[in-house]
Amino acid sequence: MFRPIVLALAAAGFIAAGPLAATDKFIVVQSTTSTQNSGLYDHILPLFRQKTGIEVRVVAVGTGQAIRNAANGDGDVLLVHSKRAEEEFVAAGHGIARFDLMYNDFVIVGPAADPAGVAGSDDAVAALTGIARAKAPFASRGDDSGTHKAELALWAEAGVDVAAASGGWYRETGSGMGATLNIGAGMGAYVLTDRATWTSFGNKNGHRILVEGDPGLFNQYGIVPVNPEKHPNVRAGPGRQFVDWMLSREGQAAIASYRVDGQQLFFPNAGN
Amino acid sequence: MDGFWQVLGEAAGLILAWDSDLIEIVGLSLRVTLTAVAISCVIGLPLGAAVGAFRFPGRTAAIVVLNSLMGLPPVVVGLMAYLMLSAAGPLGPLQLLYTPAAMIIAQTILVTPLIAALSRQVVEDCYREYAEQFDSLGVGPLDRAAALLWDARYSLLTVALAGFGRAVAEVGAVIIVGGNINHVTRVMTTTIALETSKGNLELALALGVVLLALAVAVNGAVMALRASAVRMAYA
Repeated sequence: MFRPIVLALAAAGFIAAGPLAATDKFIVVQSTTSTQNSGLYDHILPLFRQKTGIEVRVVAVGTGQAIRNAANGDGDVLLVHSKRAEEEFVAAGHGIARFDLMYNDFVIVGPAADPAGVAGSDDAVAALTGIARAKAPFASRGDDSGTHKAELALWAEAGVDVAAASGGWYRETGSGMGATLNIGAGMGAYVLTDRATWTSFGNKNGHRILVEGDPGLFNQYGIVPVNPEKHPNVRAGPGRQFVDWMLSREGQAAIASYRVDGQQLFFPNAGN
Repeated sequence: MDGFWQVLGEAAGLILAWDSDLIEIVGLSLRVTLTAVAISCVIGLPLGAAVGAFRFPGRTAAIVVLNSLMGLPPVVVGLMAYLMLSAAGPLGPLQLLYTPAAMIIAQTILVTPLIAALSRQVVEDCYREYAEQFDSLGVGPLDRAAALLWDARYSLLTVALAGFGRAVAEVGAVIIVGGNINHVTRVMTTTIALETSKGNLELALALGVVLLALAVAVNGAVMALRASAVRMAYA
């Protein structure tokens, strides 16, 4: 009399019994939201797979979390953008070596009304000083990501103590780039963002790029194969294949060919 | 409210177009959550029945703990599961991290206390009516628990649905242990989180409407099953 429910449970079990691990030849790349959200991986990973048959599984989190995950051995390759943290990762024995991969730049976006009057500037430090002086709202990642670290370095250069202003005009979202941009667009705040995420971001809400072109806004991405001597479970062979391909002429050309709205988002610079 | 109608239209479009990516994501959501809820019921129902029908020292404390665990934040469950399944963790050698199995484990941890706590209440209420009869017939403790679970089965269906609702709606746990990997561990809620972070708010909300439709479908199917079971029982 309870047969229908038993049958339904059996059906559920049947659904559940599908393959849990799909392919055998894959690697896990610990990476950042900026590369994922911009669509770069959707463009280049199929090319790599076509050539090698290796599936690349990308876990996109902040640089801080990506490094932490990889240091636990939960990834075969690290692809992030905080050179010093990457070098520390290698120095601690977690990575084999660090390679420059590509770059783009950070920009400061903000409301069209521009209460701090920074539009058109190509001096990021001066712009931040102006924002602090005007006490204009500024939304920060506040999540120990590569972008957050770059932002803090600029504030330090500007001599502004943002920790003291936190909760006032300086707002730490503790979230990813996209979530912070959503918040910034919602509260009319300035935001430091990488250009790739901004270009492909869908909720600009009247915000625009106000500050760009400062050499201090340079954003270098690095790639690190995780060290199998430290983490024996690492899929070292295919991981290394991926790193080598990304650094090769072919991989670099694939990165350069990715465009959104006709705009190139990442500029390969391996071996420079 | 142009945005609102646009979202509804987009959601309808998503469902009508029914493209392969959406099917894959919806299918994985269902597979992960239904499996987790099934495992949670296997663990949680007997546990709830035992606490509901047996008298033992520390029972009140056990009830308080079960009820409190209903409030476990998904992100905390995700972190616990991550630390267990990480290559550096005790279950690392199983290599389950960033697979659907990891998501099932996390959701099972999340939902089992809810199933146990709610079924404890259901069974206990039922037990009050049956206690004298059990005593007079000299029914043993295991038979009591089994009889109570059976007689309360329709109420327990609702308990299972509450578990389904909590699991299918959470994002905090599955995004940590699953990693939201495209074509591998991407489910409805992590897709919504991703599209939100891309600033595609309308698409994200439309996916939310699809998720809601999915929940309605599952609940409707269970209600239909229940109705036919009741009909057969009294036919």
